[in-house]
Amino acid sequence: MFKAIGTFGRYLALMGRVFSRPERMRMYFREFIAEVEKLGVNSSGIVILISLFIGAVITVQIKYNIQSAWMPQWVVGYTTREILLLEFSSSIMCLILSGKVGSNIASEIGTMRVTQQIDALEIMGVNSASYLILPKIAALMFFIPVLVTFSIFFGIIGAYMTCWFVGIMTATELESGLLHDFNPYFVLCSYIKSLFFAYIIASVSAFYGYTVEGGSLDVGKASTNSVVSCSVLILFADLVLTNMLSA
Amino acid sequence: MIEVQGLCKSFDGKVVLHDIDAFFEAGKTSLIIGQSGSGKTVFMKCVVGLLQADAGNLSYDGRDFLRLSKREKKNLRKEMGMIFQSAALFDSMTVLENVMFPLNMFSSKTRIEIENRAKFCLDRVNLSEAYLKYPDELSGGMQKRVAIARAIALNPKYLFCDEPNSGLDPKTSLIIDELILDITREYHITTLINTHDMNSVMGIGEKIIFLCEGRKEWEGTKDDVVSSSNKKLNDFIFASDLFKKVRAVETKDGK
Repeated sequence: MFKAIGTFGRYLALMGRVFSRPERMRMYFREFIAEVEKLGVNSSGIVILISLFIGAVITVQIKYNIQSAWMPQWVVGYTTREILLLEFSSSIMCLILSGKVGSNIASEIGTMRVTQQIDALEIMGVNSASYLILPKIAALMFFIPVLVTFSIFFGIIGAYMTCWFVGIMTATELESGLLHDFNPYFVLCSYIKSLFFAYIIASVSAFYGYTVEGGSLDVGKASTNSVVSCSVLILFADLVLTNMLSA
Repeated sequence: MIEVQGLCKSFDGKVVLHDIDAFFEAGKTSLIIGQSGSGKTVFMKCVVGLLQADAGNLSYDGRDFLRLSKREKKNLRKEMGMIFQSAALFDSMTVLENVMFPLNMFSSKTRIEIENRAKFCLDRVNLSEAYLKYPDELSGGMQKRVAIARAIALNPKYLFCDEPNSGLDPKTSLIIDELILDITREYHITTLINTHDMNSVMGIGEKIIFLCEGRKEWEGTKDDVVSSSNKKLNDFIFASDLFKKVRAVETKDGK
C-alpha cells in the first residue's frame, strides 16, 4: 500500500516536470509530429485489422447465439453497433494499444535511461521529462479520435463482410439494425473515454520507462509492468467514466 | 575554474564520498583516477549536478552551484559539455543531428548557421565523412568523437569526461586523449576526466587526483605520480602494464 502511494507520488512529481514550459517550442513540435506518426499512424494498421475481425465476429456471435425467432431482425445490427460504439472502439481498442504503444514508449524511454541519453539531455540543460514525454502524450491524445473513428468504421465494415461473404443475413437487415434508434451521444462518449485512455497509456508507460534503474532486463520488466498497469487503469477508468457519462 | 569543498555523498547509509576538496583550473585537464568503485563517477555526477551531494560546497567561477535557482542552474548547464562512458548519443538521430541538437535547443542562430557550426565541430574531431550516419553504424572511437563534437557545440566552459577511453583500443584512446587535450587548450575549458587508464594519466594528466574508497588519497601532477610515496597510489598505478614495465626498467637500471 505504502509502495503504491510512493509510486503515485513519484508519478505526480514526474507529471509536474512534464507539464512545464517547453524550452524551445519548435523542437517540441517537431517531436510531436514524429510521435503522431510513430504512435498514431503506425498503429492504424493493427486497429483496422482487429476492428474488421471483431466487427465480423460480434455479428456472427449475435446472429447464431442470441437472435431467435422471437426477436426482430434488427437486433443483430443494433447490438453490434452498440457494442462497437460503447465499448470496443474505445476501451478494448485502447487495451490493445496499451500493449503496442505502451510497451513501445516504456522500452524506448527506458533504453534512453540505461544508455545515459537522458543524463546527456539533463547535462545540456534540457528538461528531459518534458521533452521526451509531453510530445508523446500530446500526440496520442491528438490521434486517438482518428483511431476510434477507424475502429468504428472498420468494425461496421467487418459486420457487413459477414453479410457479403458469409451470407448469414442480408445487408439490408443488418443496416436496419445499425440505423435503429441511433444515439450520436454514444459516439461522443467513445471519443471522450478514448482521450482519457490515451493519456493513461502515454503517461503511465513513460513513467515506467523514465524511472528504470539497471540494465536491459529492467527495461523489459518496466515494459511489462507498464502494460499491466495501463490495462488495469484503463479498465478502472472505463468503469468510472461509463458511470459518469451514462448517468 | 571549479572549486569543490567538503563534498560528501552516501547511498542508503553507505558513504561513497568522504569530505572531498578539489580545485580544477581553466585550460587544464584534471584527471580523477582510482579503481572501479572508488567513487569517481559519483564524484563527477555530484559535480555536474546529476546527483545531489549530501554536504559540501561547489563553485563554478565563483557561482555557488548548490545555491543557484533552477533557472540559474539551467543556464549554467548550457556552459557544460559531457562525454559519457557509453557516448550516450541519441540513437534516433544522425551524427549531424546529434551535434545540432544542443544548438537547435538553445542557440538563436538560423538553421544554416546551426548546421555550419555542427559541421565545423564534426570536422574538428575529424568526422566529416560521417554526417549522415546513425550512431549504431559507427565504431566506439567514432561515437566518442561525435560525443566530443556534441559537447563542444555550444562552446562550453566546462567539459566532463567519464572514462572516455573505456572500451577503446590503445591507438584510438590516444587519439581521443589528444583531442580532449587540444580542445581544452584551444577553448580554455576547465576539463575533468574520470579514468583508470594510466596511458591517459601520463599523456594528458596536467593535474591528477587519486580517489580510493571514496576518499581523496593523493593530488599532484603526472611528474609526481611515479615518485609518490603514497602506498595506495603506488599499488594502483604499478598494477598497470605500463608502470610494471617502467618499474622493471628502473630496477634493471639500479634506480
